[in-house]
Amino acid sequence: MTTILTHLDRLEAESIHIMREVAAEAERPVMLYSVGKDSAVMLHLARKAFYPSPPPFPLLHVDTTWKFQEMYKLRDQMAQESGMELLIHHNAEAQARGINPFDHGALHTDMWKTEGLKQALDQHGFDAAFGGARRDEEKSRAKERIFSFRSAGHRWDPKNQRPELWNLYNTRKSKGESIRVFPLSNWTELDIWQYIQREAIPIVPLYFAAKRPTYRLDGQLFMADDIDRIEHALGHRPAITQRSIRFRTLGCFPLTGAVESEASSLSEIIQEMLLTTTSERQGRVIDHDQSASMEKKKQEGYF
Amino acid sequence: MASSYQTDALIASDIDAYLEQHQNKSLLRFMTCGSVDDGKSTLIGRLLYDSKMIFDDQLTALTADSKRVGTQGGEIDFALLVDGLAAEREQGITIDVAYRFFATEKRKFIVADCPGHEQYTRNMVTGASNADLAIILVDARKGVLTQTRRHSYLAHLLGIRGIILAVNKMDLIDYDADRYNAICDDYRAFAETIGIGDFTCIPISGFKGDNIIVQSPNTPWYSGDPLITHLEAVELALAADQAKPFRMPVQWVNRPNLDFRGFSGQIAAGSVKPGDAVRILPSGKTSTVSHLVTLKGELDEAAAGQSITLCLADEIDCSRGDVIAAADDPPEVSNQFEATLVWMDDDPLLVGRSYWLKLGAQMVSATIQQPKYTVNVNNMEHMAAKTLELNAIGVAEIATDKPLIFEPYAASRALGGFILIDKITNHTVGAGMLHFSLRRAQNVHWQATDIGRDDHAALKNQKPRVLWFTGLSGSGKSTIANEVEKRLNLMNRHTFLLDGDNVRHGLNKDLGFTEADRIENIRRVGEVTKLMADAGLIVLTAFISPFRAEREMVRQMLPGGEFIEIFVDTPLAVAEARDVKGLYKKARSGQLKNFTGIDSPYEAPITPEIIVNTAKMTPAEAADHIIRTIMPLK
Repeated sequence: MTTILTHLDRLEAESIHIMREVAAEAERPVMLYSVGKDSAVMLHLARKAFYPSPPPFPLLHVDTTWKFQEMYKLRDQMAQESGMELLIHHNAEAQARGINPFDHGALHTDMWKTEGLKQALDQHGFDAAFGGARRDEEKSRAKERIFSFRSAGHRWDPKNQRPELWNLYNTRKSKGESIRVFPLSNWTELDIWQYIQREAIPIVPLYFAAKRPTYRLDGQLFMADDIDRIEHALGHRPAITQRSIRFRTLGCFPLTGAVESEASSLSEIIQEMLLTTTSERQGRVIDHDQSASMEKKKQEGYF
Repeated sequence: MASSYQTDALIASDIDAYLEQHQNKSLLRFMTCGSVDDGKSTLIGRLLYDSKMIFDDQLTALTADSKRVGTQGGEIDFALLVDGLAAEREQGITIDVAYRFFATEKRKFIVADCPGHEQYTRNMVTGASNADLAIILVDARKGVLTQTRRHSYLAHLLGIRGIILAVNKMDLIDYDADRYNAICDDYRAFAETIGIGDFTCIPISGFKGDNIIVQSPNTPWYSGDPLITHLEAVELALAADQAKPFRMPVQWVNRPNLDFRGFSGQIAAGSVKPGDAVRILPSGKTSTVSHLVTLKGELDEAAAGQSITLCLADEIDCSRGDVIAAADDPPEVSNQFEATLVWMDDDPLLVGRSYWLKLGAQMVSATIQQPKYTVNVNNMEHMAAKTLELNAIGVAEIATDKPLIFEPYAASRALGGFILIDKITNHTVGAGMLHFSLRRAQNVHWQATDIGRDDHAALKNQKPRVLWFTGLSGSGKSTIANEVEKRLNLMNRHTFLLDGDNVRHGLNKDLGFTEADRIENIRRVGEVTKLMADAGLIVLTAFISPFRAEREMVRQMLPGGEFIEIFVDTPLAVAEARDVKGLYKKARSGQLKNFTGIDSPYEAPITPEIIVNTAKMTPAEAADHIIRTIMPLK
């Protein structure tokens, strides 16, 4: 007899296999949790992989203090529901220097996220960290392995990657080295949405369209998530308009562009995604500079 | 572009109907082989473009890139979509496996985009290991080339059943049917010689889009399916796997509390349901499956491809690396095999060296014999070889330190495919496919005896130790070891000194000084040392033993704490100045080859238990220091 496995069944089985390999072979694994939809799927898969045990590793949120309020809310709720320990890391230096997305642009991402991540991994001695990156997001990701090694300085060397054959992963590493593991490597944006729908996975409500306070800056539409902070940072209070908006990707609220939309259900979101003509990362300011920018960032230790 | 895979109308008019349809797609993984010259990247770019996997902002970037570095005279260069890393893009070549995704109404596809150059055999093999099907691209103007044969051989070697010969750039030969047929015939003649029985030939143009999605009006003489239709219809390897007897490698034991014990893994073959009789390997114990547990309730049945957690009716020992299998049809267990190996590291295979071997969830130590032959991937000829260099493919015998649960690769990728890992660098140095178990392994069994190593040691009133002296020739190993043995002898300890030169007069007189012979020398000495330690002796060894891996191998053979590595740290200049045996002079003049420190490397220990510096200590002082460190030995 044949059991027909759909593409979602097979992607799920592969991701679970990867997570169990890490749990079995790494000394101190951790799951990076950014509260976005990919993180939501990754966390859900981890719960399925280890049920009835809770996943045998903590969640780590490398926070910038500039995330949307609804993200913080869902984060705390999911940590509680999954029974996992939630670690929150703030880069103390970035905090002390008042690094923020308005005044510091790329430095904000670099200090809070890239440096913050390295600090957190070093501080806790994590030797394997799950990330929710997918290969369809960006060209350099397409060539990255599922188990991606980082030197003691957290650098990625794209020329020196280990071959990955069958479903066999070589997790052995030298002292100081660590592994970034991407269990969602083979998922596409559409797969993620379909799976969220099939499994009824909770996601941040900001993905769904609703009337929200917005303002425009440099041609992009932003949500006034914390208008006092925005005013303080900009030196003036931008004009606020109520618009029906949603987000295709979630990051720091001053850096994440919203799209005008009426898509208020999962089906409508998927419909919009399929009919749209721009890729999801376009909403993130970080990738715009030049087409190889992500590859450079990764070599420097960006997840 | 006139046609697209996605029914845009349905997306807009009835998204729920569309999603319902797309929830139930199957998944096909395939690989594409060929070089940029064959139009491989262009074909993949075309598949992505036609399936709307390219968004406007990416298209804008692509159009700009096409003008800057494109090879299509300013027209959109689809190849640029898939050539990922910046350095490669500037060189104009793809140099690694990249994975691409697209979907039609029937299937989702994962494409392993593999380079065609000879030096990247390892990447092709990597891509092929997970593929059900391979598209072999040939340029219609050039026909079947050496690399076409190479790609076909590798795809076949890795067990890919579905082969498509895509004769590309038909537009450049004016869609000439005779030329196309000649290429297909040419390929068929070759394919038969390497055992490819069945393949599909399609005339295409990746650049123009002929026979990619719909039949091209330019090839009215071609009656077969376009490429996409074929990809949607080909049978999945998973279906065949599900028809086989049940096997599940145990990845992780799930034990949240004393009342629950589940075994987690991905089913490699067959299917399983509660009530099924299963056998646990290697122990051979049998039990019955009681539950299949998931977050969303219990399953009635699960099949190959699924990652599950199952519970057994009996309390049976079962841990990571074990295999749960159909009770009446379990896989074999052996520790000696013949296998095909693909070497993937810059450092060649060292015959006799101990590597980690990972197969399923099993991790064992393995040593590899001198290859029986290697295969020239360009003409499939067998050649004699002493080792395997980067990208070489060969057949060799393998011995493991623990029994492996396995099946021949031809029967099971999951239980027949393995990787080899260097114990020092941790690189994945090779991949292999098991052929069969060697009969001698099946007929040699370990005989249990009643008097064990503890009994031997107790009678001698001492704890066995191995004092492993390592250092350059002339560093003073033998002299110091001799001093240490004299002291132990006075203390009524039972000892034995194995000396490098002496062993080479007898046990190892058939060995020379090449890297392979040096490794075998130490392997044998390691085994003898182990026997002597088992007999309760304090063993002293004085061998240059230049490689870390072999010293580590001997350490692993012994119980923890028994191996004491003593680094006789003498600078090369000092050892050479002593030149007690006149060997350095010979080596410097070229009369003596492979001399450690001169033209053969010495890898100093990183964390030895003891270091003695003979430039600062006399042999007697060094011996006293060692005795003080190792006492009381009881």
